[in-house]
Amino acid sequence: MTSIQERSALGIVPKEKKQGKIARYMARNRASENYLIKKDFARICGGFFMVVLLFGLCFLILQPILFQISNSFMSRQDLFDSTVISVPRYPTLVNYRMALNLMEYWGALGTSLGITFLVALLQIMACTLVAYGFARFEFPFKRFWFGCVLLSIIIPPHVIMAPMFLNFLNFDIFGIFTLFRGAPLSLTYTLTGYLILSVTAMGLRNGLYIFMLRQYFRNMPKELEESAWVDGCGKLRTFAQIMLPDAVPMLVSCFLFAFVWQWTDGFYTNMFLRNYGVMAERMRSLADVFSSYYIVEIQRLQGGHGLSPPIALVETMISTGVLLGVAPIIIIYIIAQRGFVESIGQSGMKM
Amino acid sequence: MEKAKRSKFRFTMANRNAVAGYLFIMPFVVGFLAFLARPIYQSIRMAFSYVHFGGDVVGFAMEWRGLENISRALFIDPDFNRNVVEELIRMALLVPAVLVFSLFVATLLNRKFPGRGFVRAVFFLPVILASGVLVNIETNNSLLNMVSDQIAEQNAMRAGVTSTLEMLLEGVTGAAAWNPLEYLFNIINQIYFIAMASGIQILIFLAGLQTINPSIYEAASIEGATGWENFWKITFPMISPLILVAVVYSVIDFLVRTDSEVMEQITIQIMRTMNYGFGSAMAWMYFLVIAAVLGILGLIISRLVYYYD
Repeated sequence: MTSIQERSALGIVPKEKKQGKIARYMARNRASENYLIKKDFARICGGFFMVVLLFGLCFLILQPILFQISNSFMSRQDLFDSTVISVPRYPTLVNYRMALNLMEYWGALGTSLGITFLVALLQIMACTLVAYGFARFEFPFKRFWFGCVLLSIIIPPHVIMAPMFLNFLNFDIFGIFTLFRGAPLSLTYTLTGYLILSVTAMGLRNGLYIFMLRQYFRNMPKELEESAWVDGCGKLRTFAQIMLPDAVPMLVSCFLFAFVWQWTDGFYTNMFLRNYGVMAERMRSLADVFSSYYIVEIQRLQGGHGLSPPIALVETMISTGVLLGVAPIIIIYIIAQRGFVESIGQSGMKM
Repeated sequence: MEKAKRSKFRFTMANRNAVAGYLFIMPFVVGFLAFLARPIYQSIRMAFSYVHFGGDVVGFAMEWRGLENISRALFIDPDFNRNVVEELIRMALLVPAVLVFSLFVATLLNRKFPGRGFVRAVFFLPVILASGVLVNIETNNSLLNMVSDQIAEQNAMRAGVTSTLEMLLEGVTGAAAWNPLEYLFNIINQIYFIAMASGIQILIFLAGLQTINPSIYEAASIEGATGWENFWKITFPMISPLILVAVVYSVIDFLVRTDSEVMEQITIQIMRTMNYGFGSAMAWMYFLVIAAVLGILGLIISRLVYYYD
């Protein structure tokens, strides 16, 4: 049996094979004239810097939430024990059980998911159409209408709330409804009213989605459209089959915005969805519901006048409620962020 | 036969485009005319009137007062002018920081690394927590106020570090007012606010980064471009249209956020004292200021924006 040295002397085994990992690396480095080591050093330093930075920033954002989470597991003793800061001594699920009951959580979850999904979908569909119109076509008064889009973002709803509310209460555009029904239509407190608003891209911050998508569509090459036109593709089909597939990451993030803002919105919820028991309403009213529940309960147990609950308890309840109310959106985000895949299907035109 | 057909067919390409364009934006036009135009008109009229609420009519009655509300806001009210100017200065300091921060974080989050989904979710949290009813819950909630106080305190402690650094640097340079550094330290001290304010912008940039064709980078790096060059020659021009969006959004979001001093003043006038006329007058003047700011920024930025056409 011949040894390795002999075999290498015979030229059977190439020289590098018997060298260690490091030596091989150095050889490669020499071959690349020190390019390899520079590049790897930069990569490792960059990676380290990134880890430190991201960890710090994540902690900065997460800290208040971690505080809320630990708070939501605290029992009564822990809340009044000043030696307990972040790790509860007697962890308990009582707060969660109570919040689930008081918020009628599962019912609210179902309704909210349904309504929010529908509304967000309609809004994004409308906004995509409008954005495409603004981005790819020339028509008279385009600037004026785009100014109106910006106006609809700038005006915060509560400034024009009263006129808006009355407008919806007696909805009667150009006297059409008075003509047919004899009375103006009341759109407030109905889901239909809000759906109409969504279809016409008038929902919460829809101007922003229009602006975002318009900027995106504007950046598509004109040649793409022209070649589609030459091949006999109509305008609607160009939009649906050529422009839309590339815009998926954009549409996903717009959808996420629409979903989140709708989920936590108080303004339109108050105006249209008051009777549906959505999550935003439940989160907002939880503190009051809890206080009245507590008073009644204490009265029942101890008799006499019920006392209002201590602030610490109310706050824990609010933390728990907010965590419960927000959890579904976070889950949806984690699912939806897969839509952020790099759009490989992009046309060769881009190069 | 052929000729008759052609003479009937009056649509030129441009006309056809215009019709198609209007069909596409039809939802918005209808919605604007039906739902927003009238409230806006009424709100503008309120700015010039005294508004009576209640009485025997449902709704309100307006009494024309001309420029009274506006002159009151501009010349009599002690706070309005000062608040507007202060808000604008604060915006000019913070919005650039928010934009740079969010673009930076977005490029980081666009790279591949383990745990990316989790980190992205974390940076999405501010979007959720700073929206809708949650803002009010949090401002009404003394626990969270306590937490934010705690953070502010920690920031103050950190400010101790930065201020000693500042003093050292002042000693070195001998300059009493070392402005760029002072600005930088100021920004570092407000990093929590900036991180909370840049959730949306990060997502806007991230979505923009995702739509850049990776083969462009591939081609560039084969040609020997470094990461730095890639960023300035490819990434930056490709997402510049979205930078405009992010600027517009940041400015609006900063100026009309509910706890901005001007918005608080307006809300108090409208909600508490029910002084709709005065409140609307202030609101519309403030919007004019915002529109002017956006117009100037838009003009500057749209020169830098790269479009394909």
